[in-house]
Amino acid sequence: MQLHVNGRLHELALDNRTTLLDALREHLGLTGSKKGCDHGQCGACTVLVDGRRINSCLALAVTLDGVEIRTIEGLSDDGALHPVQQAFLDRDGFQCGYCTPGQICSAVGMLDEFDQGWPSAVTTGGQPAALDAGEVRERMSGNLCRCGAYMNIVPAILDVADAAAGRSSA
Amino acid sequence: MRPFQFVRADDAATAVQTVTANPKAKFLAGGTNLVDLMKLGVERPDLLVDLTRLPFDSVDVEADGTVRIGTNVRNSDLAAHPAVRNGLPLLSQALLAGASGQLRNMATVGGNLLQRTRCVYFQDVTKPCNKRQPGSGCPARQGDHRNLAILGASEACIATHPSDMAVALAALDARVAVSGPDGDRETPLAELHALPGEHPEQETTLRHGELITGIAVPPLAYAERSAYRKVRDRASYAFAVASVAAALDVEDGVVRDVRLAFGAVAPKPWRAHAAEDALRGRPATAASFRAAAEAELAAAEPLRDNAFKVPLITNVVVRTLSDLAGETS
Repeated sequence: MQLHVNGRLHELALDNRTTLLDALREHLGLTGSKKGCDHGQCGACTVLVDGRRINSCLALAVTLDGVEIRTIEGLSDDGALHPVQQAFLDRDGFQCGYCTPGQICSAVGMLDEFDQGWPSAVTTGGQPAALDAGEVRERMSGNLCRCGAYMNIVPAILDVADAAAGRSSA
Repeated sequence: MRPFQFVRADDAATAVQTVTANPKAKFLAGGTNLVDLMKLGVERPDLLVDLTRLPFDSVDVEADGTVRIGTNVRNSDLAAHPAVRNGLPLLSQALLAGASGQLRNMATVGGNLLQRTRCVYFQDVTKPCNKRQPGSGCPARQGDHRNLAILGASEACIATHPSDMAVALAALDARVAVSGPDGDRETPLAELHALPGEHPEQETTLRHGELITGIAVPPLAYAERSAYRKVRDRASYAFAVASVAAALDVEDGVVRDVRLAFGAVAPKPWRAHAAEDALRGRPATAASFRAAAEAELAAAEPLRDNAFKVPLITNVVVRTLSDLAGETS
């Protein structure tokens, strides 16, 4: 089968049981995506498939033939960090770092969902006006951080949202 | 995980034929539940038929207002669709209350309806479970049943159906489009899931090889005045402990019509017909709402550690309907 990962085409012979996460880590050497729970409960394995965030531990690689996959390794642009990566550094949005690649990929997908006007469970009045801490916490609830670095993760994501909207946050 | 063969379906008829021909074949959609259960050894298909490239991926509003939703529509797309967000708030809210952003991007309509219970004994192959292994027994009655059923359960099984989406669809009288070896048929959602009785392994009325291709939500004049309220152990990303989907039609302070369905309290999305009957024609007050919930829960059979669900679901009914009555007055 063929896997398109971070703009490169890989020809792979995989057991049907191989998840996308295991294909990335064990077959392509892309170990940025992390295996936390391996049951879709922690978000450490989050990657972007056709631009949308998913749990790669629950996706069978064989189902993703020909689909565009983006991992943490593919977010930077010619060595320049993605704005979400830079914001996590600036805000110290991590401690041990294990959940960080998943947090960052999830945030990239989430910010795009917000730009498309998708509501969340805490959105009132139908249309979300702007991201605030409550919206970020709800929309990022699929990414757990056992170090509890949320106090810096939320501001890091809000920095990116504010910069994109032309606002400055304190 | 056990080895299995994999094929991608190019059309529904072939998918149905392929699964019908092999008793150990299963359809694969988003995979969020099936792949997980395969890792746990609970599901052991020897053939997976991937449905995700089949063209059941649109939401269409028909002239009479019926909303037709393809089985492959992802939960996140459905929640964000204008016809659902604006016209069926209870359905959009139920979808957004479920799982996480990542899982909603993967999960499909049909997969959501057919997901399995999260009862810990069902998910643990080292434990007996009448649903997983008929006749092996049910440790839940004496064991961990805090989040299991108070309505519709049986001696053999007290598992709950975990879906949020299905609760809203039950309140909306949704119909399920099914394609099978003998052709196409439509069934009310209310008849899709079976109560456990002596055969908890038979969870639905679908025959092996029958494929859900979509759902149809008939128009409901007052659907815009509806809500889904979910109570869970943490603020987000957790299964319901109790939930209520409701739509309310009030005129001059009197309930003209109402739809009510409960989640996380029964083996299927629980349409609360007794509560609805008790409420029509009554004043739209907290006292009426409470009496209606109590009418439904007269049939409840709570156990040692889930008796709290009786007052909890009652309070959620009162709160949800009171909010809706406030909006309509």
